[in-house]
Amino acid sequence: MEYFKAVINWITKPEILITASMIIFTGLLFTRKIWTPLWAKILFALGAVFMVLSMTDPNFREIVIKPDNVPIVAMLFLVGFFVWYGLYKGKANDDRMAQGLPPKEVEDNEKVLVWPNLVYTELICLVIFSFVLAVWGIGLKAPLEQPANPAESPNPSKAPWYFLGLQEMLVYYDPWLAGVVFPGLIIFGLMAIPFIDVNPKGSGYYTFKERKWEISIFLFGFVILWVLLIVLGTFLRGPNWNFFGPYEYWDVHKVLVLNNINLSEYFWVMLLKQGLPTQWWLREIVGFVIVGVYTFVLPVVLAKTVFKRFYLRMGPARFYIGALLFLSMVALPLKMYMRWLFNLKYIIAIPEAFFNI
Amino acid sequence: MAAPKRGIWSQIIRSQVWKSIFRHAVPKDTRGRALAVLNNVFLHLHPVRIRKSGIALGYTWCMGGLTFFLFLVETFTGLLLMFYYRPTLEYAYMDIVELGEQIPLGIMRELHRWGAHAMVISVWLHMLRVFLTGSYKPPREFNWVVGVILLVLTLLLSFTGYLLPWDQLAIWAITVGSNMARATPFLGHEGPGASLLKLGDVALVHAGDDARFALLAGRFVGAGALLRFYVLHCVAIPVVAAILMAVHFWRVRKDGGISGPM
Repeated sequence: MEYFKAVINWITKPEILITASMIIFTGLLFTRKIWTPLWAKILFALGAVFMVLSMTDPNFREIVIKPDNVPIVAMLFLVGFFVWYGLYKGKANDDRMAQGLPPKEVEDNEKVLVWPNLVYTELICLVIFSFVLAVWGIGLKAPLEQPANPAESPNPSKAPWYFLGLQEMLVYYDPWLAGVVFPGLIIFGLMAIPFIDVNPKGSGYYTFKERKWEISIFLFGFVILWVLLIVLGTFLRGPNWNFFGPYEYWDVHKVLVLNNINLSEYFWVMLLKQGLPTQWWLREIVGFVIVGVYTFVLPVVLAKTVFKRFYLRMGPARFYIGALLFLSMVALPLKMYMRWLFNLKYIIAIPEAFFNI
Repeated sequence: MAAPKRGIWSQIIRSQVWKSIFRHAVPKDTRGRALAVLNNVFLHLHPVRIRKSGIALGYTWCMGGLTFFLFLVETFTGLLLMFYYRPTLEYAYMDIVELGEQIPLGIMRELHRWGAHAMVISVWLHMLRVFLTGSYKPPREFNWVVGVILLVLTLLLSFTGYLLPWDQLAIWAITVGSNMARATPFLGHEGPGASLLKLGDVALVHAGDDARFALLAGRFVGAGALLRFYVLHCVAIPVVAAILMAVHFWRVRKDGGISGPM
């Protein structure tokens, strides 16, 4: 058991967890054989067994049964279930279409009366959920901590749980990016989806095959970059925003060596063996080139090569807006890996103007 | 109106009062069922007839309706909480304590808090369903945009409510969250470009007039922030959200009802 816990503690390290999740996620997306009820039951049972066994550990129990964290545990299972369910229905439709049949939704295309068909469903849902909410409200007391004291900050201080993905971003990006620019881009990017996605197929029925790219990118953003980071921030981030495994005690005195280095230092000091230039623009010139190429040159290169067919189908405006949004999304995992592999702190660091990337 | 002639029930449904409220008999045929939806202000959000595939639980997961239901739960429980809660430094915390201690069988605060968590989750799952069914595709693009704004408003509602209990969790979560506003480019005093906005030696953007100050009505989370968040939480955001919800439901109808295969 102790050995098992040590393994889990190791697996849940951010770099291992995120890497493994991305590999498993990609694997699951493209092995459509296992989107079946049987596999879902197996995975769900494994998850349930993991939860039950982990409950025996005091450190795990302490954080999971905090009343405010109960919905997050529930969310984990709900998101897992619904992502599976949506893909399962998509697969069923894809199989039908492979046989030359229309999607299941086409068969049920005749109109029925709202009363009783829909109104009764709504009433039943309403009653069931009122009941669930009442039981939840009676069973779990809403927490209340000590009175607010501006002089005493708790450690760790966490944002509300649905923003913990953004707080996790703060480890890798400065507040102006992680707290302002990226959230703005997330909102703008979500709004832009219907105008960027020109694929006419898959409107009004579940499918995966006809919308591989759109669904994969969306699920990557939602499941990995949003939900997984929330789970990480809730259960695995402790005092001083240090990482703690699920079975680890939250020790305030855990010290981590921070030896992150800016790109400018890598370039001038380690590569060219000289001091940093005094002018900021010269000091950060490599960073400017890299960020400039990533933001302005890469989309053009992609349009001309790998994504040429998308470019032709979407036209320049849609393609470049979509590419910029996509590159901003991928910028987070990229910076994570630069941090984990090279201890890279900033690509561009201009403390004179609070401008760090 | 083929009710039996005897019994108290038939007396009631034949009375003038009953007939003045319910304009037609219990729906038993197609015409009655259509009228039941048409003649009721709440039910007439629905069309009279609807695509069979569109109302299958397996298609919609009921998530949009559930989100709306939770909004109503939050409105109702929130209204009851407003009777007891005063958003000032001297009262706020103790009012929450007393909610738990003085009121027999009081679970309104619990319902409000768990309902809020559930609403955030249900609105995400609703978005996931809409995406997976391609329901944002023409002609529904604009309604997806409205939905995204509603999603953001849901998070903001929850965020502003987070501060109101005025305990350690509340004040520090809002401190962490609102510290982001410091770093707004040009508008936050620690944001990139803010140091460029100067008149001679006078900084135009400083801790006493930047975006964070506007959010908190002060340089830190204090009395001003509590009142400001209370007003946003109880009045401003719910009103905007309600208006956009009306637009959202209206557009669902106008764009051809619940999505389905063409």
